[in-house]
Amino acid sequence: MTFASLVTRLGSRRIQAGLAVATVCLLSFLVYSVQQELMRQGIVSGFDFLWRSTGWDISFSLIPYSISDPYWKVLLIGLTNTLFLGFSGLALATLVGVLAGVARTAANPVLNALGTIYVETFRNVPLILQAFFWYAVFTHMPPPRKAIAFADMVFFSSRGLYVPGLNVSDGALALCVLVLVAGIVISLWLRVTRCLKGRGDEYRKLIAFFILLTMGVAVVAIAASGRLEGVPLVTIPELRGLNIKGGFRMTSEFAALLTAMSLYGGAYLGEIIRAGFLAVEPGQIEAAKALGLRPWRIFTLVRLPLAIRAILPTLTNQYVWLIKATTLGVAVGFSDFFLVISTSINQSGQTVELLLLLMGGFLLINYTLGSVMNAINRSIAIKGPSSRK
Amino acid sequence: MSDTTNRDAELNIRPPRQSGLEQFRAAYFGSIPNTLITLGGLLAFIYIGWSLLHWAFLDAIFSVEGGAQACQAAEGACWSVIFARWRLMFFGLYPYEEHWRSALACIIVIGVGVLSCMPAFWSARKLAAMWGGGLLAFIVLMRGGVFGLSLITEEQWGGLSLTIFIFASVALIGMPMAIAFALMRRSAFPFISVPIGLVIDTVRSLPLITILFTVAVVVPVVVPSWLLGDKLYRVIGGMALFFAAYQAEIIRSGIQSLPVGQEEASKALGLSYWQRMTRIILPQAFRRALPPTINQFVITFKETSLIIIVGLFEFLASGNAAYGSGEWAFAYVEVYVFIGLVYFIFVFSLSRYGAYLERLMRVGKL
Repeated sequence: MTFASLVTRLGSRRIQAGLAVATVCLLSFLVYSVQQELMRQGIVSGFDFLWRSTGWDISFSLIPYSISDPYWKVLLIGLTNTLFLGFSGLALATLVGVLAGVARTAANPVLNALGTIYVETFRNVPLILQAFFWYAVFTHMPPPRKAIAFADMVFFSSRGLYVPGLNVSDGALALCVLVLVAGIVISLWLRVTRCLKGRGDEYRKLIAFFILLTMGVAVVAIAASGRLEGVPLVTIPELRGLNIKGGFRMTSEFAALLTAMSLYGGAYLGEIIRAGFLAVEPGQIEAAKALGLRPWRIFTLVRLPLAIRAILPTLTNQYVWLIKATTLGVAVGFSDFFLVISTSINQSGQTVELLLLLMGGFLLINYTLGSVMNAINRSIAIKGPSSRK
Repeated sequence: MSDTTNRDAELNIRPPRQSGLEQFRAAYFGSIPNTLITLGGLLAFIYIGWSLLHWAFLDAIFSVEGGAQACQAAEGACWSVIFARWRLMFFGLYPYEEHWRSALACIIVIGVGVLSCMPAFWSARKLAAMWGGGLLAFIVLMRGGVFGLSLITEEQWGGLSLTIFIFASVALIGMPMAIAFALMRRSAFPFISVPIGLVIDTVRSLPLITILFTVAVVVPVVVPSWLLGDKLYRVIGGMALFFAAYQAEIIRSGIQSLPVGQEEASKALGLSYWQRMTRIILPQAFRRALPPTINQFVITFKETSLIIIVGLFEFLASGNAAYGSGEWAFAYVEVYVFIGLVYFIFVFSLSRYGAYLERLMRVGKL
């Protein structure tokens, strides 16, 4: 008797019920054996360990940290590091991707070929290999005394990459970033939302401009008020003695991951953006030409909005993927969320709780990013019964 | 674009045919910005090409005789490190005298892979037989212990053959899992469809590294030792789960793109659930889901490089070891370029194959 006919005879409903019972049995057995094993090793379960001090140091943090700080703080630092790396990576990758996408849709064959070579090279090599490569490159840079300098402002050295930074307290810096992100999101939302549609385009433009202006003033004010005592607001790195002083120091780990993420992500985003531009029907552009619009107006008024509609759903997937790729920090020793969690597991033994926190953290990041992108997508999608999903 | 606008009174007049030279001029030197882009791009091309040529060939050192010292004096690439260490990179910790076994096993699996890319071999029975036989031959050759071959345990496997073995096993275990997941998610029975949907979505929202880390490092801590397999097989299991979660969604979208009438008609003919699935729905769904499936294979192949994190000695790890020793420590660029090139060959040919299949489908020959 063949398997298929056996299944048919028993009826698929009964099979499914049996499967469900088997799953429940298997799961409860697993939970039971895990509990037994943990008890055998004398590990107390629960989240009390979060308030114990860690006793180990981490290599990169935006918030001041000492080894006597509790576990919850180290996890928070891991999460902020992941977000910091993730969003800088997304921004840079988007920039690179737009350049590559535009190059590949350009009419000029030379530009086209350059774009194609870039995309095919970086897309077909694993990201972790690229991270290793850039990490090796950045750690093999000359020592600070012989650092490679650009315009005496940016220094590449074996201790990391130095760029001009702000002399402000961490709290003020965090507030600045928050205001900046909120301002950009609000003004973007105002441009695309339908709530103010009745008020006319000029009105919305004015409001968006006003919000951007307020935000800029607020950021400068916060930065100035959070300035550290007795030093200028902007610090420029300079060579002093054996080391480089001042400025913002990007560690080699961070710089390597950022480079790898933006080049690899840029290649993928470039393809998504190219596909988006190709999805704009030529008739639309011809119609715009027939109306007598100049090339730049055609781009901003017709091609770009239509392309963005086609791009956004795929872009969301790619963004979520790139945020997940920050976990490669573990390969080069950048203290991202995952590295912090895995060190905590090694040090505290609270395996199950920390794994739950890890899953929770990533679910939170991904769902937030996904729902923000989907909200943007919904607000710009073509409304009406004919809208394509 | 004024030359294509036709102001003649006759409506059916065709635009003047452009000669090759005119087309060339319009494409490369049509306007001033275009000319600047062309010239700038050409300069970039020449600069990059010339530097690469010098670095990779003209100033490069190929001979092993001079050793690492000869390289450090040279301007260009030091390919001697590849010639000196290629065995380590391809075979890892596998015993030196037995490298031929690893190489042969690798060739067998690649051969089976190439054969299964040909539409002539596309039937469930042929594919299953080929892959079953191929993997069996691989394990017998690599592990030994039978037919007079010496026993070499999984801990000593490494290099490119390990990477390929993991990729092939992940695809082979993951594919049936993916089909099962997709069907379960579409099940009318909520006791099945809801939990499996939860599992798929959770796995998809986690980074692969965290799953690998869990199966390789955490599971041994919390699961009694009699339940544990070798680390290699746990990692393969974890990757297969990850692959299956993504592939299940691809298959599900393939199923959903079929007209509902197909299933209704087969129901009306009195076919059972399994007959409907295996004869009507799945074959069509697979055909429709072919391009994203190939894409998923490409991604999975690249992601096998992540297992370096959990301490298996695959191709990338072997590469790190090849330049990690003191003598060749400076030659990291050459080693990474070489590893990148090998990955590029595999991934690029897979994605070209995907594009070829898409073309074939467009003209309806598939």
